[in-house]
Amino acid sequence: MFYRENGQFKSTYASDQQMLPILQDRVFMAGLLVVAFGVVPMLASDYLFLSLLIPFLILALAAIGLNLLVGYCGQISIGHAAFMAVGAYAAYNLVLHVPQLSFLVVLVLAGLIAAAVGMLFGIPSLRIKGLYLAVATLGAQFFMDWLFARVKWFTNYAHSGSVQTSPVELFGWTIDTPHEKYVFLLAVLILFTVIARNLVRGHIGRAWMAMRDMDVAAEVIGIRPVYAKLSAFAVSSFYVGVAGALWGFVHLGSWEPLAFNLTLSLNLLFMIIIGGMGSILGSFFGAAFIVVLPILLNQLPQMLGIPMSTAMVSHLEFMIFGALIVFFLIVEPHGLARLWAIGKEKLRLWPFPH
Amino acid sequence: MAGAANERTRRVGEVILALDGVSLAFGGVQALKDVSFDVREHEVRAIIGPNGAGKSSMLNVINGVYHPQQGTIRYLGREYHDMDPHEVAVSGISRTFQNLALFKGMSVLDNIMTGRNLKMHSNILLQALRIGPALREEIEHREAVEGIIDFLEIQAYRKTAVGTLPYGLQKRVDLARALAMEPRVLLLDEPMAGMNIEEKQDMCRFILDVNDHYGTTIVLIEHDMGVVMDISDRVVVLDYGKKIGDGTPQEVRANQAVIDAYLGVSH
Amino acid sequence: MKKNWPVFLLCAVLLVGLVLPLATGASAPGFYVEVLLGGLMTGVLYSLVAMGFALIFKASGVFNFAQGAMVLFAALAVARLAERMPLWAAILVGIVIMIALAFVIERVVLRSLVGQEAIALFMATLGVTFFLDGFGQTVWGSDIYKIELGIAKEPVMVLQGLFQGGILINKEDVVATLVAVALVGVLALFFQKTATGRALRAVADDHQAAQSIGIPLNRMWVIVWSVAGIVALVAGVIWGSRLGVQFSVSLVALKALPVVILGGLTSVTGAIVGGLIIGVGEKMAEVFLGPVLVKAFDLAGGGIENWFAYVLALLFLLVRPEGLFGEKHIDRV
Repeated sequence: MFYRENGQFKSTYASDQQMLPILQDRVFMAGLLVVAFGVVPMLASDYLFLSLLIPFLILALAAIGLNLLVGYCGQISIGHAAFMAVGAYAAYNLVLHVPQLSFLVVLVLAGLIAAAVGMLFGIPSLRIKGLYLAVATLGAQFFMDWLFARVKWFTNYAHSGSVQTSPVELFGWTIDTPHEKYVFLLAVLILFTVIARNLVRGHIGRAWMAMRDMDVAAEVIGIRPVYAKLSAFAVSSFYVGVAGALWGFVHLGSWEPLAFNLTLSLNLLFMIIIGGMGSILGSFFGAAFIVVLPILLNQLPQMLGIPMSTAMVSHLEFMIFGALIVFFLIVEPHGLARLWAIGKEKLRLWPFPH
Repeated sequence: MAGAANERTRRVGEVILALDGVSLAFGGVQALKDVSFDVREHEVRAIIGPNGAGKSSMLNVINGVYHPQQGTIRYLGREYHDMDPHEVAVSGISRTFQNLALFKGMSVLDNIMTGRNLKMHSNILLQALRIGPALREEIEHREAVEGIIDFLEIQAYRKTAVGTLPYGLQKRVDLARALAMEPRVLLLDEPMAGMNIEEKQDMCRFILDVNDHYGTTIVLIEHDMGVVMDISDRVVVLDYGKKIGDGTPQEVRANQAVIDAYLGVSH
Repeated sequence: MKKNWPVFLLCAVLLVGLVLPLATGASAPGFYVEVLLGGLMTGVLYSLVAMGFALIFKASGVFNFAQGAMVLFAALAVARLAERMPLWAAILVGIVIMIALAFVIERVVLRSLVGQEAIALFMATLGVTFFLDGFGQTVWGSDIYKIELGIAKEPVMVLQGLFQGGILINKEDVVATLVAVALVGVLALFFQKTATGRALRAVADDHQAAQSIGIPLNRMWVIVWSVAGIVALVAGVIWGSRLGVQFSVSLVALKALPVVILGGLTSVTGAIVGGLIIGVGEKMAEVFLGPVLVKAFDLAGGGIENWFAYVLALLFLLVRPEGLFGEKHIDRV
């Protein structure tokens, strides 16, 4: 009854191709932004910001990045946290050696460096496909782990190998309270989401999806596989590099090389599997899921009244994670995004059953 | 019908595409043996032959998907034997596929828009912001694609996911995608396979319209003899990877070797 | 022959690198042989794990990321059970457990994901890995456990006549190699001579054709995963006796992944050859290349073996994208 497209006719191609063609969607999005920017900061506690919202925003950005490569272009990467590390260490060294740069410039440069490295590691994808490529990307993960732990220049010759950063400063505004961090990250995420949607709707996005669906046919249509694959690696690594820099500077504050290890890579992958591959909205769902689940599981023993050691909780987490991955792959391989789309379809018909 | 064929024969031009002594093998299997034939501009050239004769392989060789061990392909005066498929596409040869090869994850509109990809050149930054040249390009090519959608009468399906469409419509989308590339030579791999009489008539009409309207040279693999006799100007017959006939439909129909091949007479 | 030249070139380059330390006199011959043998032994262990991968991929088309977790799960089971019963009994019970695991995996995971793409199945095995990780530690505990095979741990000095100072060989490594050879032999016999083995090879070749002649796919998959589980158990027991058993995100078993892609996902021979290549390459790189790099770039320590296997596998993949013994995939349009 509410969610109908009746009467919303498009008379230009531009209006037909816009991001939110249905009026109700536009209203919903506007409302969501008002809540996100206005209401949440008033109601949320510091704890909520620090352990839920801030990690969610950054991981959503990283998940979008990974989704562009895996979900839209069909190239698997199970070592993507390596590129987050590249972004983080690049940002650290830029701030260290060129302190005059504005942090926004640092972010963009860190992203570009990550993009370049990503393209380099994407070169094997031109020859190697599928599962072979997946394992090769694992090599990127382990190589980066080693690089940032052993090459002392990256950590500024720190004895312990870990790295400290000072709070981000932007145009004289120091971003150090949880509230400020939240607003900053939210703005960055929205910008990057819009860009991702634009890329996916453009000819480069179609080239990616064509490579994913049938790469031989795509080439016959005139799509250059080298350009499509490497651009996917580049853009994906850019996003993930920026996310890495933000993760290090805004969320962690200080980190050791193992902060960007295989577990993080696998978590990113799980985010897009559960959230929905090939869907930007899915990246949000997946990130939210992965951030909320451990916190829920931590509270579970208390809520059920059963005492459990932290080690036990962590084991339980692994088990539930693993089971959920399998569950989602069996029941809804297109993830939460598909469930959301089905829900919207039902809403269109409501109150009629079909 | 004969009158229409006469009109076309008057319009047929010089040789635009030719295969010279092409041989192709996969491991131990010889798919094509020393095949040579040419295609004249604006004509409708049919390739026929029993199953497994190497017809699809021949199209794949022209497209650059397979690189022949021997022989070359001459197109617009240039000879090649190991061009990449996308280079061949850019030079003006497009095709449809026997098994569709549509992009299952995209809508009809997006599938056809991928056919315009080779004409879209706005850089990544402009696309990211979707302003200026990038936006204009999207709209301009959308218009061109809508023209093709009108031409093939699939307006009602433009936003549907291709995987959910019936087979006949999917074949039309495949054709639309190939047309979107604005080719000079269009290779059609069994465009009427699996269709009923009405669908076949529609498809014939579309193919002839494309040939008349845009002057596109058509090379088509087809099993339906009625269609071949009706719409093609010249025919090539393949059997076991070798050319066993080449000429007008009437000439080929009377060729004993061709008749033997179809009747399964060993030779 | 002409097409194979990149592979031969790569092999030539690697052989040169291999012989370099000996040729330049940078290392004593005895030490060199020790490192070489050590690499071969490690390679044998990798091969054992990789064989399980190849078996499962061959027969069910699934890339079982959880193979490493299975190795550790089996090893832990044996280690803990051996605390209460004789080792041979622990091993038998372990085998039963692995067969049960195969049943559960086939029932719950494989059967429900039949039509899906390889990626989905791979990710499902990722999920199984995590599950086994948590479950294994819940049931068997997270400390380091030992497996006592009753073999003397002290290395033995051999070939004192040939090389100055002799070469140190670990008895356990010798046993490991013998066991691996025996296992390969048993598997070969199984696949070639028994009816079940033939049926498995049919399934590996073509699922549908095998079904059409009445081979029950599901039961075959249980058998394959059981066999892979037993191979995992053998690998786990040998690893465990050598290094002790502890669950971490199966890092040690992740090493088997580059082995299996270098050798070719569908090939057991590839798993063996790949394992030896990676074992030797890794050891050589760590011992001889590592110090060179540390000096040249002022690095904080070695650890090259963490990623060298992947570089090696990648180099081979670039000249042979399906792995050394893998099946070539022809795209038909």
